[in-house]
Amino acid sequence: MIRISGLSKAFGDKEVLRGISLDVEEGTTFVVLGASGSGKTVLLKHVIGLLKPDAGTVHVDGMEISALSGRALTEARRVFGMVFQGAALFDSMTVFDNVAFPVRERERRIPHDELLARVIESLRVVDLGEDVLDEWPSQLSGGMRKRVSLARALVANPKIVLYDEPTTGLDPITTNSVDSMIDQAKHRRGVTSMVISHDIASAFRVADRLAVLYDGRIAAQGTPEEVRRSDDPYVQRFLSLWFEKQ
Amino acid sequence: MGRIRAVFEDFGGQVLFAGETLAWAVRPPFRLELLLHQAAAIGVGSTFIVAVTGLFSGMVLALQGNYAMRQFGAEGYVGGFVAISLVRELGPVFTALMVTGRSGSAITTELGTMRVTEQIDAMESMAVNPVHYLVVPRVVAATLMMPILSVVFSAMGYLGGYLIGVYVSLIPPGPYLDHTKSMLDVPDMTHGLSKAVMFGAVVSLIATYRGYSASGGARGVGDATTQAVVWSSVAILVVDYLLTFISIG
Repeated sequence: MIRISGLSKAFGDKEVLRGISLDVEEGTTFVVLGASGSGKTVLLKHVIGLLKPDAGTVHVDGMEISALSGRALTEARRVFGMVFQGAALFDSMTVFDNVAFPVRERERRIPHDELLARVIESLRVVDLGEDVLDEWPSQLSGGMRKRVSLARALVANPKIVLYDEPTTGLDPITTNSVDSMIDQAKHRRGVTSMVISHDIASAFRVADRLAVLYDGRIAAQGTPEEVRRSDDPYVQRFLSLWFEKQ
Repeated sequence: MGRIRAVFEDFGGQVLFAGETLAWAVRPPFRLELLLHQAAAIGVGSTFIVAVTGLFSGMVLALQGNYAMRQFGAEGYVGGFVAISLVRELGPVFTALMVTGRSGSAITTELGTMRVTEQIDAMESMAVNPVHYLVVPRVVAATLMMPILSVVFSAMGYLGGYLIGVYVSLIPPGPYLDHTKSMLDVPDMTHGLSKAVMFGAVVSLIATYRGYSASGGARGVGDATTQAVVWSSVAILVVDYLLTFISIG
């Protein structure tokens, strides 16, 4: 579903990604783990075509996203939903208008009742009720904003959902519920997910496969168990603290 | 040297952005509701401040005109002088400067905040082109509303000039109005309106570009807003000179 081959990117003199290659299978959840500043978000922005690589390619659902631009790129993005680190809700719109946005833009003549039903259904998937429809993003807690953001990402039935640090800054209970939502999106809707995170516990809970990013390279990749048994010194150091706690 | 290069790169970026905006402006879907919303924000929202500035500008013009022309016994020409100054020059220029301060800065701040909080990235990720959705309605609305606001400015200015000229400087109303009719012609009005259209496009393109390309958090948005106001003001005067030169050069 997503194939990244030899992806490299530098900003000025700073090399952020150095020859990243990975495959995300359809209907699975792939987590990219890494410390802050390891290039995770830059990697994710290449997948959706928000950044262009210096070298390498990104193929999504058979299309070479990294070679597209303009209208073709805009059209290609229809397969995606994305949950941003800070939720990135439109602060000039209510919760209803935020969640309805992708549907309105794709199906401009959709009747209001049908649109409302789809928004409510999407909010229900993330355990939110109709009472939040008229709320403004500034009135919501961090956890609720993340949920609304996920509802917005799911409402247009995307094939792929990208998550940028979905659990950062959340309390353990909300983190658990976000993890469940990622799992529900996979099981109920069959979406392919790519999650960028530095939350090891959450990553091991949701991942079918995962990769550890270090200094712009992939230090280890495989199933959670394979990564746990990696002999790479950085991966061992990165994971050890959490495993000791367990 | 690096600074000069940066200025040229910046200008090149602005030109490319204008081209991209133009290309998206003629593509469907045409979001009429967004256009009307922006027209209300830029046009209706600026009417009061433009009308007040216009009124006082006309009053000052009448006072200065009377002071200068009285020396040649040509007070009757004050009406024509006020009308031509407003319609050809002060109306479009002052209106554009007022819209820059009021609406241009607001546009840059809004788009800049959306940029640094990833709202623009979010829009792109939902297969909606942000230039099409955010920039085109603002640029089209400003380009359409600027000539209307300029007419409001000039009309209020002429009213202010008439009140001062006739009731304070005691110029007889007959010659005041007659000389306005004989001196002000249709080409003067089209010249002023074409300037206003151009200023609307220039101001809104600069404001949207600065906001759209903002980076670096709240401070970056503040810097972008300052640059938008400064560059818009400079651009208005440069474009004003060029259009005047082409017209009467």
